[in-house]
Amino acid sequence: MSVNRVINWENRKKNRTKNLWAGILFGLGFVAFMDETVFHQLLHWHKFYDKSTVAVGLVSDGLFHAFSWFATVGGLFLVADLHRRDALWHKVFWGGKLMGGGAFQLYDGTVQHKVLQIHQIRYGVDIVPYDIVWNGTAVIMIVAGLLLVRSAGRDARSEGQVKPHVA
Amino acid sequence: MSHDSMFTVTDWLFGVPALLGIGLYLFGVYRSDRQERLRRWPRIRIVWWGSGVLLSASALVGPLAALSHENFTWHMAGHLFLGMLGPLLLALGAPVTLLFRALPVRRARQLSRLLRSRMAGFYIHPITASVLNIGGLWLLYTTGLFAAMHHHFWLYVLIHVHVFAAGYLFTVSILSIDPVSRRFSYPYRTVVFILTLAGHGILSKFLYAYPPVGVPIEESRAGAMLMYYGGDAVDLVMIVLLFRGWYLSAANVRNQILT
Repeated sequence: MSVNRVINWENRKKNRTKNLWAGILFGLGFVAFMDETVFHQLLHWHKFYDKSTVAVGLVSDGLFHAFSWFATVGGLFLVADLHRRDALWHKVFWGGKLMGGGAFQLYDGTVQHKVLQIHQIRYGVDIVPYDIVWNGTAVIMIVAGLLLVRSAGRDARSEGQVKPHVA
Repeated sequence: MSHDSMFTVTDWLFGVPALLGIGLYLFGVYRSDRQERLRRWPRIRIVWWGSGVLLSASALVGPLAALSHENFTWHMAGHLFLGMLGPLLLALGAPVTLLFRALPVRRARQLSRLLRSRMAGFYIHPITASVLNIGGLWLLYTTGLFAAMHHHFWLYVLIHVHVFAAGYLFTVSILSIDPVSRRFSYPYRTVVFILTLAGHGILSKFLYAYPPVGVPIEESRAGAMLMYYGGDAVDLVMIVLLFRGWYLSAANVRNQILT
């Protein structure tokens, strides 16, 4: 054990996909959780059930809600697993987080709010600016996530030579 | 049958098995601990088991049972205890493991044969348990069953036994605490669990808008939200336990290169 931790590029590269998925799952679950806490519980903008909710919307909402619980917990257990394998790659993990969170928000803002009409972001106001901010943030998150993952790939190529350690 | 006399009967009908459940468990712990070759039975499991029995029974015996007859929101609280939180705590008590330790060898072999039987395998299957669990709830709340339950004593007993048994079966089919005849893979159990949790959430929202026959809309709304968030809370604990099982079983870290 050295004081200055040597980055284990070999393990990172071997577990790149796992890092990415840990991020995507956690990001997705985290945004879904924020949606529930901030917009449903604290601001009371969203509604538990909107009269215009149709059956398919109810099913989509139910499946996504259930999946988001699993994604949050599962993502964190994947992080724990990567950590004990000395393979946690924060840049890829963060990139995945932004991609997963953005993807969920975009799905929520387009399909669930607009196509399936489960509920709107807020009631009794002009909804267009809210929708633009909502979906715009989602797109920015996805793009930022993709850039981070790409930059992590470059890091790995430039520094990624395996440095064998002799005990 | 009048309400008062009905509650006297159900108090006995469910109260006695509950007390027996605690008594037999303690006797089992005593028997298990007398065997020197075995590790001392973890005391925390007695707490899990005891609280599981009390919570499950609280939905059927005493004041909560009476309240839940009058009010849908209380009914839902009782249902959460009887069908979800109670069974989870009971499963954490690892009763089958205890039974194997406490029984004489010959009896334990018979038990093992029973658990490996085709029928036990059918009921312990995650999909069977999930359908019994959530399918049963859909039937109860979206048909005339809920109203009928309050007029027919044996239907009331049968439905509550079903809710409890299905909840317990589902819990043990998903978590790996006690030995089972067939352990399904983690992805398999995860998918079934997600669908079950979704079915539970969808039913909650459905009840919010369309109350069961004879239930006022305000009670139904409060009950539906309790079902939704309460169910989420219990299932979150189960999800953590499920993935913790995966984390511990995937401890094989041979492939890593140590720095």
